[in-house]
Amino acid sequence: MSIETVDLTHVYMAGTPNALTAVDRVSLRMGDGEAVGIMGPTGSGKSTLVQHFNGLLRPTSGRVLVDGEDLWRADETHRRGRKADLRSIRRKVGLIFQFPEHQLFEETVYEDIAFGPRNLGLGEAETRERVADALSAVGLAGDAVEDISRRSPFSLSGGQMRRVAIAGVLAMQPGTLVLDEPTAGLDPRGRRGLLEALIRLRRERNLTLIVVSHNMEDLASLTERVLVLDRGRVVEEGPTRQVFSRLDVLRELGLDAPPVVSLMQGLAARGAEVRTDLLDPAEAAAEIERWMRSKGGDPDRVHA
Amino acid sequence: MSCAAAEKEIIEIDGLGHRYGAGTDYEVKALEDVDLRIVRGEFLVVIGPNGSGKSTLARHANGLLLPTEGRVLVDGMDTRDPNRLWDIRRTVGMVFQNPDNQIVATVVEEDIAFGPENLGVPTEEIRRRVDEAMALVDMGEFSRHAPHLLSGGQKQRVAIAGALAMRPRCLVLDEATAMLDPRGRQEVLRTVRRLNREEGLTVIHITHFMEEALEADRVVVMDRGRIVMDAPPGEVFGRAAELEDIGLAVPQVIEVRRHLSDRGLSVPSSVLTVEELVEHLCQSRR
Repeated sequence: MSIETVDLTHVYMAGTPNALTAVDRVSLRMGDGEAVGIMGPTGSGKSTLVQHFNGLLRPTSGRVLVDGEDLWRADETHRRGRKADLRSIRRKVGLIFQFPEHQLFEETVYEDIAFGPRNLGLGEAETRERVADALSAVGLAGDAVEDISRRSPFSLSGGQMRRVAIAGVLAMQPGTLVLDEPTAGLDPRGRRGLLEALIRLRRERNLTLIVVSHNMEDLASLTERVLVLDRGRVVEEGPTRQVFSRLDVLRELGLDAPPVVSLMQGLAARGAEVRTDLLDPAEAAAEIERWMRSKGGDPDRVHA
Repeated sequence: MSCAAAEKEIIEIDGLGHRYGAGTDYEVKALEDVDLRIVRGEFLVVIGPNGSGKSTLARHANGLLLPTEGRVLVDGMDTRDPNRLWDIRRTVGMVFQNPDNQIVATVVEEDIAFGPENLGVPTEEIRRRVDEAMALVDMGEFSRHAPHLLSGGQKQRVAIAGALAMRPRCLVLDEATAMLDPRGRQEVLRTVRRLNREEGLTVIHITHFMEEALEADRVVVMDRGRIVMDAPPGEVFGRAAELEDIGLAVPQVIEVRRHLSDRGLSVPSSVLTVEELVEHLCQSRR
């Protein structure tokens, strides 16, 4: 499914002396099955922007289209039907806020994930299927599925709790998943587990993935395209590797590229002929080896 | 406290154990057999997977939690002694993860004054302490601002100033950088590093960001309620396989270093940062 904005502008407290333009004439398009990252400093409008994707916020001006359908058609004839439309839009576009595990509330994992499907009016058999499916989608299935679904969500590790919260959204079977800082606060294992689950999810279900994050390493492994926001405007856009190699722009915005990018650019700045668009430590090591062993170098001297 | 060791050490932890819900069906052993000595002026970083006991340990440093086994001495005072609790809390300040949960006033300087006011510090002295604390975290120009309109990093610096206004000798940051953006994290880290170096403040920083451990004097690694490593960062991150076994990772530069050594290009373990690695590689190739 696709999400498109046309000249989207959002002004908080419009018409007051405290009016604040959080999103400023943003036009973008995210296509079927794409994985797009949105980054930018605090207060750049990232969260405001993504809350328009499922109609949680209404634009001050401009348009939001989900699968070509305008969420806020102005004409009166549609006004009565609008509520129902938004409800179906919110089912199609699942929005996962920061620290979603804070919203877990049921006594068991099963009940928590079943909450959404039951609200859709699904019967118990279908609900059960959805819960099992959502758990397997986030990598919590297998032999442990019966076990984990009966446990209290609060007895799980931080990473597992977060995956349960995401499963709750997946049980609504959205076509697009929007995640705001999905790995914040997770330890490295929890983080890796979640990233792997998201990558698999996207591959197997052709989900459109939109990831808002400060974590460049997460964006590097999840997305192929990123948008950089600053003061409500899109200031950079392009393939993830390419945008991350623009260290000067990122630094000016108070963002920081992954250490691997800084390393390769640091070498290049010292005259080394190395690629500067690498994101992975293994790739970087291979490239450094190639350079160290290239003509003019003396690899034997590298040994400590 | 007359022995020399006790004067050097601000926190002494001996055989510390902590059980949540002791005696109930839900009993959880969060800490077991923890021995740790923290020297005045040290910059200590504690890392460990979720649920390893890091925060539980931190909360023992100022008597927010009391040992179920063993003991904790803060500047020679036993945290189980109720008569010393306020002295202990004045000695060790805490800053927590969520900047929004730590703000009590509607103006920055009033927020910072809250602690000393509660201690009954005289007004002129409060003024002096608040100004000093704001200057130390570089927030002087925001003294009349509303805290909720500040960025995350600025809010955490206000929280640090609030702790500093109590004139602590030791500051504990319990995942205080977890919810911040990269710039906010840098602001907070730069601030505490300066306080550590210039003011001699002892800092205990608990974090999930492995990169933040690189600048510590010493890194303590926790797993399942126990200390499993206690060494300078270079040594800790040299034990990558063990770290990965318990669900941690090594900083990217060290990962590159490992891949290089697999390729027969070994780099000394003292090389920890991007700048150091660039320098080393350029020197070696020459």
